[in-house]
Amino acid sequence: MSEKRGFKPKILVFSTNLISDVGIDYAGLLHMHYPATTSIIRLPCSSMIRPEWILLALESGFDGVFVAADGTDCPYLRDCTERTARRIDQALELVKKNGFRPERIKMAAICSVCAEPFVNHMKNFYETLKKLGPVRKGEV
Amino acid sequence: MGGKERRIGVYVCWCGGNISDVVNVEKVVEAVKDEPGVVVARHFMFMCSEAGQKMIIDDIKKYKLDAVVVASCSPKLHELTFRNVVARAGLNPYLYYHANIREQSSWAHGDDPEEATRKAIRHVKMAIAYLRHAEPLEKIRVSATPSVLIIGGGISGLKAALDLSRMGINVFIVERQPFLGGHLARLGEIYPYGRKGWEIVSALIRELRKRDNVVIYTNAEVESVKGFIGNFEVTIRVRPRYFKKKCERLEEAIKACPIRIPDEHYYGTRERTAIIPPPYPGAYPEVPAIDMNACTKCMKCLEICKDSIDFSQKDQIIKLKVGSIITATGFKPYEPKKGEFGYKVYGEVITLPQLMGILRESNGNKLTINGKEVKSIAFIYCVGSRQKPKGNGERVNTYCSRYCCNATMFTAIRLFEKYPGIKQYHIYRDIRTYGKNELMYEKASRLGAIFIKYSEDDPPKVYKDGNKLIVKVRDLLTERIELEIPVDLVVLVTGMEPNENEKLNEILKLPVGRGGFYQEVHPKLRPVETTLAGFLIAGTAQGPKDSRESLLSASAAAAKAAGIVLKGFIELEPFVAFVDPKKCELSKNCMAECPYGAISIKEYEGIGKRAWVNPALCKGCGACVAVCPTGAIQIRGLTNEQIEDMIKAAAKG
Repeated sequence: MSEKRGFKPKILVFSTNLISDVGIDYAGLLHMHYPATTSIIRLPCSSMIRPEWILLALESGFDGVFVAADGTDCPYLRDCTERTARRIDQALELVKKNGFRPERIKMAAICSVCAEPFVNHMKNFYETLKKLGPVRKGEV
Repeated sequence: MGGKERRIGVYVCWCGGNISDVVNVEKVVEAVKDEPGVVVARHFMFMCSEAGQKMIIDDIKKYKLDAVVVASCSPKLHELTFRNVVARAGLNPYLYYHANIREQSSWAHGDDPEEATRKAIRHVKMAIAYLRHAEPLEKIRVSATPSVLIIGGGISGLKAALDLSRMGINVFIVERQPFLGGHLARLGEIYPYGRKGWEIVSALIRELRKRDNVVIYTNAEVESVKGFIGNFEVTIRVRPRYFKKKCERLEEAIKACPIRIPDEHYYGTRERTAIIPPPYPGAYPEVPAIDMNACTKCMKCLEICKDSIDFSQKDQIIKLKVGSIITATGFKPYEPKKGEFGYKVYGEVITLPQLMGILRESNGNKLTINGKEVKSIAFIYCVGSRQKPKGNGERVNTYCSRYCCNATMFTAIRLFEKYPGIKQYHIYRDIRTYGKNELMYEKASRLGAIFIKYSEDDPPKVYKDGNKLIVKVRDLLTERIELEIPVDLVVLVTGMEPNENEKLNEILKLPVGRGGFYQEVHPKLRPVETTLAGFLIAGTAQGPKDSRESLLSASAAAAKAAGIVLKGFIELEPFVAFVDPKKCELSKNCMAECPYGAISIKEYEGIGKRAWVNPALCKGCGACVAVCPTGAIQIRGLTNEQIEDMIKAAAKG
């Protein structure tokens, strides 16, 4: 896939009220930069994500979806990582079936002080999506 | 987009410049003012100021707004502020959404003001999309039982109990050990003033025994907890102590007991029998207990204390009703592994708690260990604390245990005062005698303590050369010179570890943090609350603390527990799951997914059996939302429709 000039991938981020959104805030507090073409929706817990929301994001024009999961710090569920991973597995299948590349979905646990990991994830994901080019139904 | 026609006001904050220096706030207002539903959009220097709040309230009245967006700092700071603002104007506080354009835009994207402005616009548009479907919500009100359960009868549990009792609240204390007091009751003189640990404990016990609204269960453990905030049903199991009352010939009975095992009250520096007498003056209960794990039922004691001992006693099951639960289960001292700095290989290597136990009992002008006079001591700091991850997955304690530097400094001073002839080498990584404790560090230095700094990558070695115990260490302060110090005693300054509470953790399911201690919601904003409503934590169960800090947190937990039960009812956030019975096809996926048992099956009139969420049990995590095949189960205040429209709004940009 060729890199389109001036293409700025749009990323939808799902964060969690008590953990990863705090970590993302922390990145801001430290004035660390990451691509500003992100939009952030906060949820109580990453295991709430319905796979079709991820598909909806791609269909609506987001180039990628990043799930900032609670990980082992989840205040609600001890096995939050596994549960969120199950949602992501289903989402991967769903978007493939609908003609989108699964690389457009990424999940990582972001703790409440994980400013640097979040910023690095965003930068790397942004680069990956840049290489993939703009989202397009039927790309696979 | 459907939904109700809302009349929305949008307020974009400059945050003095924190936002407006990067984000073009005029552009944001321009971009959203004509969005469907938006009646008024403004920007202002400080929305959270008196003037900003008044602007919103005036607009709500003037333009008959029924929903409000404030785009400003993180919701963690001012979401509640603005919910209260709209409530003061007579609106439902949940017809409000907080767009984060400071932490998540201006501060993060100072390198790209144009994109930062676009991101702020998207975040405001998402908020507008959210509000188009927002419904007024009411807090969930449940009644509360005016009593509190405290798990753990150490210094923290006792203090919390006394505070609550004085507020007129019934208190139940459940202590696993046969006597109240915890670790503090095992200690002699403690820093900073040299008051004895057990004296502090027995003073608290004395006060508690005067109260008529405190019930104490020792030798007891929690068996199950059911219910929810305000209305917990707790079952406890009380194990027999096999003593009905005191025995006048107790000493004879103890002498007759053939069992000899290490006495935990003295950290194993002494032995005890299977009969445990009250271990310190003022201990509660005053009646001895028999340790059935050690007892062989030889019945020799029974012959001496016939009227007091009753081997036919059985476990008792007791049910309690409480409105809140404070977990104050304390810590466990780190037990060095065999061979760690020579521990359990050489008899002259002991831990700090053991030394404190020995000092508590030692008299005269000589300190002796294993019959030998001690003339020099090496303290090795940070044993079992601030450990480096080994990379093999083995659990290590990466945290600082806070009390140990202070306790060692205090012990050092006491040793100098009692045994001025003993040489002291303090082999440390960093000295963390924070606050006033710094004065002890200074005093110990002045009295002659020798400080040697080691590197965590090159810890000291303890070995024997013939009969001589030697500590070999590279001193970072003198150009890494390697020192070989012959000493008579090595004291390992051990830290704190989470107590062994496997069974309790299974029952309570309190969130556990990285160090294995119970985790608060927020270290500063909600320091003694857990994410489980109604469950509070106090003392070292939450993480290493000294006794002063434990007492502080105990009083904080007591105040929070009182706040829960005193009103007689509790208001919970309305963000819980609900079922649309018309959409529910009874897949029962949600029931299997819910870790709180909040979902059951209910008969709906005219519809039949469908899933039903008990709002008082639901924590609002949303795990059920993801697994529902028909989208019938959703979270109030964050419905599927709201999320879907937020996604679409953000994508349009």
